[in-house]
Amino acid sequence: MLTFILSRLFSMVTVVIGIITLVFLLIHLVPGDPVQVMLGETATIVAQEELRHSLGLDQPLHTQWWHYFTNLLQGDLGTSLHSKEPIVEKIGKPLWETAKLAIAGLFLAILIALPLGSLAALRKDTAWDSGAMLFSLLGISIPHFWLGPLLILLFSLQLKWLPVSGNEEWSSIILPAITLGTALASILARMVRATLLEILNEDYIRTARAKGLRESAVIIHHALRNASLPIITILGLQLGALLGGAVITETVFAWPGIGQLTVESIQNRDYPVVQACVLLISLTYVIINTFTDILYAWLDPRVHYRV
Amino acid sequence: MFKPQTFIPLSILLTWLGLAISSTWLPLHPNDISLPHLLQPPSAIAWLGYDDLGRSLLDRLILGSRTSFLVAAGVISVSLTLGTVIGMISGWLGGNMDLVIVRIMDIFLAFPSILLAIALSGLLGPGIENVVFALSIIGWVGFARLARAQTLSLKRREHVIAALALGAKVPRILFRHVLPLLMAPLVVEATFGIAGIVIAEAGLSFLGLGVQPPTASWGSMIRDGTRYMLVAPHIVLAPGLALMLVVLSVNLLGDRLRDWLDVKGKQE
Repeated sequence: MLTFILSRLFSMVTVVIGIITLVFLLIHLVPGDPVQVMLGETATIVAQEELRHSLGLDQPLHTQWWHYFTNLLQGDLGTSLHSKEPIVEKIGKPLWETAKLAIAGLFLAILIALPLGSLAALRKDTAWDSGAMLFSLLGISIPHFWLGPLLILLFSLQLKWLPVSGNEEWSSIILPAITLGTALASILARMVRATLLEILNEDYIRTARAKGLRESAVIIHHALRNASLPIITILGLQLGALLGGAVITETVFAWPGIGQLTVESIQNRDYPVVQACVLLISLTYVIINTFTDILYAWLDPRVHYRV
Repeated sequence: MFKPQTFIPLSILLTWLGLAISSTWLPLHPNDISLPHLLQPPSAIAWLGYDDLGRSLLDRLILGSRTSFLVAAGVISVSLTLGTVIGMISGWLGGNMDLVIVRIMDIFLAFPSILLAIALSGLLGPGIENVVFALSIIGWVGFARLARAQTLSLKRREHVIAALALGAKVPRILFRHVLPLLMAPLVVEATFGIAGIVIAEAGLSFLGLGVQPPTASWGSMIRDGTRYMLVAPHIVLAPGLALMLVVLSVNLLGDRLRDWLDVKGKQE
């Protein structure tokens, strides 16, 4: 087990270094002179040189990379060009807001997918099954930036049940969470269905039924528990889509999270903030994925014996 | 082939394709501003009504289909070619080269893909070429992974070993003996890929990072529509419905295609 954990952590470190490098290179993709783009055409040469120097852009590429890397290790994400604040201070609250939204979306997705997927598997080839799969197909095909406005149109403007956008009341999180969770719920429901269909043919399910257990006990204790492994894997993998979807969902609902900060910073040409946001979201994804892998191996010893 | 599950999505996609291609010759006025028609709902004259500048929504929708089709075609051809070549080389050569390429793919996969696309096109600036570039940078990895995995197993097959023994050069083997067998899974991957690209292009345009106005995109039409949802919900409904129909059809056909190719694989 220890070797497995160490090998996963080692590959995580190499991927993290790669991510940092790629994010570092992002600023060099800006066409023309990034300093001029950031400051606008009216900026004086002195101001331009000052920014160039403070960003370290006047140094050779490998020196710049080393600076960026060592600063990150000391928890320094740079300074916002727009508000002149250190990005670390600026980013804490949005990060928390996004985490709240992502967790709400995740819970909602699990809450929908488990019963829906189980229902589809248990009533295979009935109207229940095709209904559930139709929902799942629609959920995968509907983009966040359309589902969001549709929900606002129905629940906020027509029925007036929920606030349109922002984060003023506790109920503000409901619509963004539905928007974010639907796609994940659809993918998960398919996965739950497919896994359960496989598991329901296993010997231990027949044994459980043969010894007279109630059907609900068979499903919850014997089938779903064994289905949890592949479901955890899919959850970990889909987290990236969830975090990416959060960027668009936050823009739709003016949710004050890190996604909205990313889009705003792009519009303000505040590139250091853009880099910091992309870096933090990606690192979260990688770290959670590594821990999912380790959790998986812990839950299912067959995994790490193979390594 | 004539089941409704195939026929309906296929005709939706053919309509999309037809409109996208013929839009250049159709008598459309997507950029004609007409103030009397401002925010007018659908009517017999204008089937989908008018937007916040009094432009015909139907005309803009058709032009939007062109944008999404151009981006999808561009991204699929760039990333399919790039990904297949890199994947085949990596799988064929093996060793350190393979190790490095796999690590690079891992790094690209570690980014939530739409996030990287947003950052890339945000930094590169708006424009259809930049959208294609940003989405291809993300798109190649999926094809490369698939091509690599397939090449790894194909290179031990008898016909490849026979070709090697006959003295065929590596490029010829890859092109003539490996690539044709790769095509089926790659085509399925590409089909599903179209759905993702169409959504991603619209998403970028929704954020204002895609095509530049006045060029129409379904995403920017939805964004414009969200500002007038109370008075003119049709502006947000029409492009969203078009987008969803295309994505839904692609996903349905992808499923059918995969099943069909799977069955064929079993019969062999």
